[in-house]
Amino acid sequence: MGGLIKSSIARKVAMALSGLFLVFFLLQHFTINFTSIFSADTFNELSHFMGTNPVVQFALQPVLIFGVVFHFVMGFVLEIKNKNARAVKYAKYNGGANASWMSRNMIYSGLVILAFLGLHFYDFWIPEMVHKYVEFAPEDPTRYYHELLEKFVSPVRTGLYVVSFVFLALHLWHGFASSFQSVGFNNKYSVGLTKFAKAFAIVIPLGFIIISLVLHFNHNH
Amino acid sequence: MNLTLKIWRQKDAKSQGKIVDYQISGIEGDMSFLEMLDVLNEDLINKGEEPVVFDHDCREGICGACSLQINGEPHGPDRLITTCQLHMRKFNDGDTIYIEPFRAKAFPVVKDLMVDRSAFDRIQQAGGYVSVNTSGNTIDANAIPIEKENADDAFAAATCIGCGACVAACKNASAMLFTSAKVSQFALLPQGQVEATERVLAMVNQMDEEGFGNCTNTGACEIECPKGISLENIARMNREYLKASLKG
Repeated sequence: MGGLIKSSIARKVAMALSGLFLVFFLLQHFTINFTSIFSADTFNELSHFMGTNPVVQFALQPVLIFGVVFHFVMGFVLEIKNKNARAVKYAKYNGGANASWMSRNMIYSGLVILAFLGLHFYDFWIPEMVHKYVEFAPEDPTRYYHELLEKFVSPVRTGLYVVSFVFLALHLWHGFASSFQSVGFNNKYSVGLTKFAKAFAIVIPLGFIIISLVLHFNHNH
Repeated sequence: MNLTLKIWRQKDAKSQGKIVDYQISGIEGDMSFLEMLDVLNEDLINKGEEPVVFDHDCREGICGACSLQINGEPHGPDRLITTCQLHMRKFNDGDTIYIEPFRAKAFPVVKDLMVDRSAFDRIQQAGGYVSVNTSGNTIDANAIPIEKENADDAFAAATCIGCGACVAACKNASAMLFTSAKVSQFALLPQGQVEATERVLAMVNQMDEEGFGNCTNTGACEIECPKGISLENIARMNREYLKASLKG
C-alpha cells in the first residue's frame, strides 16, 4: 500500500475516480438547473433544499470542493511530471496523427473550466455563502430563480458560460470515456460505455448551453 | 526521388544536438527507409564527413532495434511496421523529412539518432519472467491446458518487440503500453500467476523510477505500435496493479 501514493497508476486511478465523481455531480447540477427553464417553482424548491439541507451543506459540499481541488491539483502535478518526462521536445511532432486534440489538450480545456469555475463561484457560490453564513440573511425559498435570472441578463456573461460549456464538452469527451480504462475496465462492454460517455459529453454541456440561452432570452423578453 | 532530410545530429550524450539539413537524390521507391539512410551515409563517408548513427539489426521488422521519429511519428507514417519496413514509396519527390531520435528522459540520446533503451531491459528484469525449476522435472508448457482466448491474448501481448515506439509517440513519454504487454503476457497464463503480485508491483515501480511519464489514455501508443499491442493490456495492468497493491 505504501508505494500506492507515489505510483503512476495510483495517480491515474485517482484522476479517474475524482473525474467520475465530478461527472456524477455535473449530472445532478444539470438536473436541477434544467428545471429552471420550465418551472421556476420546482427550481426554487430544489435549490432551497440543496441550499439549506445540512447534509448537503456540511457533508456533501466539502466533499465536492475537495474533489474539485484534488482533480485540478493532481491534473497540474501530472502535467508537470509528464512535461519533465520529455526534456527535449521533437522538432516536428505530429500528435494529430495518432491521438485526438481533446486527449492531448486536457490541461487547456481544464484550465478554461478552472477559469469558468472562478467566474461561477463569483456569480453564485460566494454570494450564497455570504448571504447564508456571513450576513445570516433570513431565508426566502422563492429567491433562487430570480437570482439565477439576474445573472444571465448580461450577454457577455452568457457568452462566457456558453464558451466554457464547449470546453467542458471537449474535456468530458476524452475524460469521461477514458476514466473507465484508467480504473481497469476494458472489455466487451467498453464500446457501449464509450458511446454513452461521448453522448454524455455532448448532451450535458449542450443542455447547460440551452439553459443559459433560454434564461438570457427569457429575461430579455 | 530528391529529398531534403532534417536529421538530428548529436556528437554524444553530453553534447547539445541540432537539426542538420541534407539534400539527397537518386532515392527509389523500393528502397527501405534505412537503405535511404545507408545511401546518405555512403555519401557522407565519401565526403569525409561523419555518418549518421542509427539503430538497426534484423531489418525484417521483428527485432525492435530500429527506432526513428519520422515526420513526427515513430516508425514513420505507415501503420503496424517498424522503420526498417517503411519504404520510400510512402514519400514524394521533393519532400522534406524530419528524422529524430525517440525522445524521452528515460531514453537518453547516445549519438545522433541512437538512444539508450536499456530502461526497458531494467523494467523487464524487475519481474518480466517466470521462475522455472530446471531440475529435470519441468512440465512442458504445452501440456498445460489454457483457454484459447487467454492464450491468444497472451501471445498478442508477447509480440511486443520493445522498440519504444509507444514511449516516443506518447505526449507524456509513458511506457505503460510496453510494461503492460510484458505484465499481461504472464498475467493471462497459469505459469504467471505464482509471481503475479510481485511482478506487477516491481515492474511498475521500475517503470516509474526510470522517469517515464504518466498515461493519460490518448491511445497514441496503440496506434503507433508496430505490433498493434492493444490498450486492453494497460487496463489489465491497472487491474493487476490495484489488486496487488491491496494485497501486498
